[in-house]
Amino acid sequence: MRHIISLLMENESGALSRVAGLFSARGYNIESLTVAPTEDKTLSRMTIVTSGSDEVIEQIIKQLNKLIDVVKVLDLNDGRYLERELMLVKVKATGAWREEMKRMSDIFRGRIIDVADDTYTIELTGSGSKLDAFLEALDKAALLETVRTGASGIGRGDRILKV
Amino acid sequence: MELTGAEIVIRCLQEENVKFVFGYPGGAVLNIYDEIFKQDLFKHILVRHEQAAVHAADAYARATGQVGVALVTSGPGATNAVTGIATAYMDSIPLVVISGQVPTAAIGQDAFQECDMVGITRHCVKHNFLVKDVKDLACTLKKAFYIASSGRPGPVVVDIPKDVTALSTKFEYPKSVQLRSYNPVIKGHPGQIKKALKLLLEAKRPIIYAGGGVVLGNASDLLTRLVQKLGYPMTNTLMGLGGYPATDRLCLGMLGMHGTLEANMAMHEADVILAVGARFDDRVIGNPAHFFQNPRKIIHIDVDPSSISKRVKVDVPIVGDVKHVLAEMLALLDEMDKGPNAAALKVWWQKIDAWREKKCLNYKRDEKIIKPQYVIEKLWEVTQGDAFVTSDVGQHQMWAAQYYKFDKPRRWINSGGLGTMGVGLPYAMGVQLAYPKAQVACVTGEGSIQMNIQELSTCKQYHLPIKVILLNNRYLGMVRQWQEFFYGNRYSESYMDSLPDFVKLAEAYGHVGMRIERSSDVEGALKEAFAMKDRLVFMDFVTDQTENVFPMVPGGKGLSEMILAEDL
Repeated sequence: MRHIISLLMENESGALSRVAGLFSARGYNIESLTVAPTEDKTLSRMTIVTSGSDEVIEQIIKQLNKLIDVVKVLDLNDGRYLERELMLVKVKATGAWREEMKRMSDIFRGRIIDVADDTYTIELTGSGSKLDAFLEALDKAALLETVRTGASGIGRGDRILKV
Repeated sequence: MELTGAEIVIRCLQEENVKFVFGYPGGAVLNIYDEIFKQDLFKHILVRHEQAAVHAADAYARATGQVGVALVTSGPGATNAVTGIATAYMDSIPLVVISGQVPTAAIGQDAFQECDMVGITRHCVKHNFLVKDVKDLACTLKKAFYIASSGRPGPVVVDIPKDVTALSTKFEYPKSVQLRSYNPVIKGHPGQIKKALKLLLEAKRPIIYAGGGVVLGNASDLLTRLVQKLGYPMTNTLMGLGGYPATDRLCLGMLGMHGTLEANMAMHEADVILAVGARFDDRVIGNPAHFFQNPRKIIHIDVDPSSISKRVKVDVPIVGDVKHVLAEMLALLDEMDKGPNAAALKVWWQKIDAWREKKCLNYKRDEKIIKPQYVIEKLWEVTQGDAFVTSDVGQHQMWAAQYYKFDKPRRWINSGGLGTMGVGLPYAMGVQLAYPKAQVACVTGEGSIQMNIQELSTCKQYHLPIKVILLNNRYLGMVRQWQEFFYGNRYSESYMDSLPDFVKLAEAYGHVGMRIERSSDVEGALKEAFAMKDRLVFMDFVTDQTENVFPMVPGGKGLSEMILAEDL
């Protein structure tokens, strides 16, 4: 099953490679991994999307907790949570596509953030599946380039991951 | 007053009461070595290869319970240390390994003798540090010792660039350190402990399965009390040997791939297993699918939560230091009016005694040819079971584990997890330095001993009166055994031609060499060797080439599917 794991770790050099290395060394899947410092500059927050049986997920959580730099780990799937991902898509905006792409962007509540003679760059946020749906709906011939950040997750309501 | 980084390293080691530093100098650590020259609070042991420095420090830690310390230079010094570090990591041994690094400005430039030590060792350390600022040095070393020795112990690498050892700062050694991200659990959950005891007392066919965690956690006395109070059968893993007296009736010996029939059968048929500081690894339970055929309840005490429910599903997990948890269990047991199920236990012991009757460790004795098992039996007799025994990896390791009955913890020093050939001699060095008057035997094979034989020179320099017990069968015995059983007797590259004359080799290094070729000479030679209290004696026992280790659970088979010597 797909799981979103959030963690807080010491914002030190090499911390990211410890986590990434753990996943490769033990053969766990990583679908995506995002990391950035938090409002507390000594901490980084990471969101890892992974998949595996309950036993594997249990081991992943335990192994992450075992890393000395990791301060807190939370499996977001243990409760209610929100998930968002940012995607930038460059599409052809010539001829009939110029109108079509604007319309598609509006339907998916995207924003066109760069306009050139032949292209648009669309910014889109949402769950991974919404972004997938947008790419599905797009005319493949118009698609030039995509870049995705990977998912960020946060618990709903008073589920808070903080030191 | 300001101190240089090199001076700070020395002061920190002194603050940690380090007695020995095992190492090898080189460019990046010259400043540190200059400070070592000026002090005499700890002794530096100059090895002949960095791998041996780490192994010796590792053995010092295994034998004493103190953190072992090794010091190596950058680049090849650091990479040579990696096998030693990985060996310690797999067996959870507390070590601090200090490696030199090229100056901070040169890092990443492919400088002479540069390697990314933090990157290379990331997967075989508990934690590692690169110290970029001399101001962080003292605190980092304090953290290193704290992390290495607390919780589930393990090796910690501290990589120090050369310029950091030259720069100065105010020195203050922290009395303690707190890490918000690292707080090992010590006390077990009281509710879980109660649940475990209830289950344990209801058991009809219980077994206590104890691993290296009992030895590392200094919990042997408590385990012994618990086992004897309950009267339950117990078995040790390879790493747990000595954690409970092997000569006691309740001890069924070692379990696993080369475990005894009674231990493996009891483990297989038990209805309740109490696992203490053990991790159900592949060499212990055999094929997990086969292991799960029998329904049973498992209680697992371990300081490392990730060891629990990793390979087998556990019913009552107890995370905590084994010593605390066992003490708590004993206290609760004293308060209870209920004891074990005596009637069921009697039936269970009858069954176990029947397995025992088969005497699975019997072997064909020979008047002339030396049987390797016989050498170990005699070694046990001659040393009155009181020696420290280090071993390398292979058949000789298993025979030492099976036939030397360890009654005390920290007496059996071997590489269980990584299975590193070549550890035996440097392990013996670490132990002999820790206990200069003790009898230290290094049980080895002619394959393993040659992987670190250069250390005979170190032994000479420091007058280490180790007794090397070489079981020389002119084969890489364990490889040959598998080739005989599973590869149609095709002995691919497992025969060692042109072995050195070990007697002359020992003599060339300044030691005493002996060759023993007849069974009748074994005991006399051992007595003669151990009587030479101030000399290293290298004993080349020319043993039976065809002997195999039994019982054996073949790879992929279940614990109860052993091959016994009598089957063949």
